[in-house]
Amino acid sequence: MSPDLILVAVVGVLFAAGVTLLLERSLSRVLIGIIMLGNGVNLLLLLGGRSGDAPILGVTPAGGMSDPLPQAMVLTAIVITLGLTAFLLAMAYRSWQLTGHDEVRDDPEDRQIVRRAERDESSVPDDLDVGVRPWAEPTGRTEEADPEQVDPEPGPRRLDREADDA
Amino acid sequence: MNILVPLPVVVPLLGAALTLVLIRRPVLQRAISVAVLVVTLAVAILLLWHAYRTGPLVVYVGEWPAPLGIVLVADQLAALMLVASAAVTLCVLLYSIGEGRADPGQHAPVVIYHPTYLVLTAGVTNAFLSGDLFNLFVGFEILLAASYVLLTLGGTEERIRAGTTYVVVSLLSSMIFLTAIGLVYAATGTLNLAQLVERLDALPADLQLVLHFMLLLAFGIKAAVFPLSAWLPDSYPTAPAPVTAVFAGLLTKVGVYAIIRTETLLFPDGRAAEVLLMVALLTMLVGILGAVAQSDIKRLLSFTLVSHIGYMLFGVALTSAAGLAGAIFYVVHHITIQTTLFLAAGLVERRTGSTNLDRLGGLARTAPLLGLLFFLPALSLAGVPPFSGFLGKLGLLQAGVAAGGVLAWLLVAGGTLTSLLTLYATTKIWNLAFWRSPRAPGPEASERMPRLMVWATVALVVLGLGLTVAAGPLYGVSSEAAEDLRRRTPYVDAVFPDGPP
Repeated sequence: MSPDLILVAVVGVLFAAGVTLLLERSLSRVLIGIIMLGNGVNLLLLLGGRSGDAPILGVTPAGGMSDPLPQAMVLTAIVITLGLTAFLLAMAYRSWQLTGHDEVRDDPEDRQIVRRAERDESSVPDDLDVGVRPWAEPTGRTEEADPEQVDPEPGPRRLDREADDA
Repeated sequence: MNILVPLPVVVPLLGAALTLVLIRRPVLQRAISVAVLVVTLAVAILLLWHAYRTGPLVVYVGEWPAPLGIVLVADQLAALMLVASAAVTLCVLLYSIGEGRADPGQHAPVVIYHPTYLVLTAGVTNAFLSGDLFNLFVGFEILLAASYVLLTLGGTEERIRAGTTYVVVSLLSSMIFLTAIGLVYAATGTLNLAQLVERLDALPADLQLVLHFMLLLAFGIKAAVFPLSAWLPDSYPTAPAPVTAVFAGLLTKVGVYAIIRTETLLFPDGRAAEVLLMVALLTMLVGILGAVAQSDIKRLLSFTLVSHIGYMLFGVALTSAAGLAGAIFYVVHHITIQTTLFLAAGLVERRTGSTNLDRLGGLARTAPLLGLLFFLPALSLAGVPPFSGFLGKLGLLQAGVAAGGVLAWLLVAGGTLTSLLTLYATTKIWNLAFWRSPRAPGPEASERMPRLMVWATVALVVLGLGLTVAAGPLYGVSSEAAEDLRRRTPYVDAVFPDGPP
């Protein structure tokens, strides 16, 4: 098996798809992106070595052996990716347990800015109309019951605000 | 003496296994962790002494000859980093033991804290000692995997939120690093750093540049260099105080260490120097401006951490021996001082229940010792004479002036401004939290600070002052390490005594 164009193209497609998925907000999609990216990198590592038959002394003549080092590195990389995938899955699950979704949330300062912008109509940032979220809006808690809720409009980032108030 | 080289990696890993087995015996677990780190520190000091006196120590793992097997190299730079990191990890471990003993249950590190912490130490030491690129990657992964666990200890909502960003960004940087490794191997057929020296030089210039920048990109994310630094101030402050402290002290410095190796051993032509200088300037200024705007001590300190990475980058990018020596000295200084400040912030949180500057006040009166423990490292961080921060900055600025040129002078000006703004930021903390009239303590406040926590912080403050007193010899070691790095031959000759194959 020689490093032909198809394999190189596969590496490119895996990288592209992985990066696209990384830009998503949902952690499960990010995770799939990381897995695809990881597979792309592994394939790339494999392409870096000489191709040939199994590198076993006495079975294959020295000239026809494949390079075993990239294969050893790919094995290590696969193990590492597997472990971290499991960890990320656990984090996505924990996030779902705690908040009912696994979206990557804004940091406290971004949230502050968004809240400030919501009160001041003149400086609304572009990304406010992000549309409906994939999770169900939580029920049983109304604006009247929450004295700290200055802005009566629920808005798309409601879950973040609840987390701040809590 | 060669038998000492793998010990800083093997002993913590063994300790991690032991503490994991003894998970139900907390007292024994603590004793083993402390003993392991004391041994690591002692070995690191011996290695530094030997590297300084007689030259680098090399171990071929499993007796495999050099380009085939894994090589561990303890040259002066690696040994110096080992000593600094071992000293800091030991103090932080004592601090967290003090915290855990004070209130078992609530903030106390869960039982997996000790094994994970030791694995983190092993990852850091492995990255410092590693003599080939792939082993460096493995070292990074070991320390990162441990850091993911430590950052999300307890799994609270805020930590999961911050941890998500941290884990995904770190994974991405690892992927970039791994891609760079694949490309380097495809281009040169080796990953052994000493062998790469010759083979990379033989590559065409444009290919060299691509590989160079891919490595810099990967290490830049880990070191939190400006356009790639946004993940740091968001994720670090949410972790428990000792964890934040050890992360702030060590993890970014491992990235800086890797950048130093890349710039000196692999690509010494200095073609990235101008880009690095500009990035260093932006890192310093953007970081410190972020710090000035913060109202929480931990977040503020995280921004100063980003900002001061710029100083080290400045020294590396000057590509002169003086600049490199300044950068190495600054790394050692910054590991100690930044960790101390985060530990002091943890003590503030313990004493008052908060690190928010709006809710703090009068600590200089109610807790004078705490005031002192914060004040001394804060002055050193800002670069007030005669502390080590001043000496490090002075060395870097002198190297910048000696280098000359518009960009170097811009950086000298930027570095001075950053130093002043750091002083402003730390003065802000001092004025609000310590100097003004006392505020009512929060519900989580406790009158008594556990003695071990205080003593661990005192030890680090003393270590920081010791850096000031011993600055002369330390600068001597840094200069020699910089000389060796610039010549490249000591490293190569140590790995291949009979010449590279």
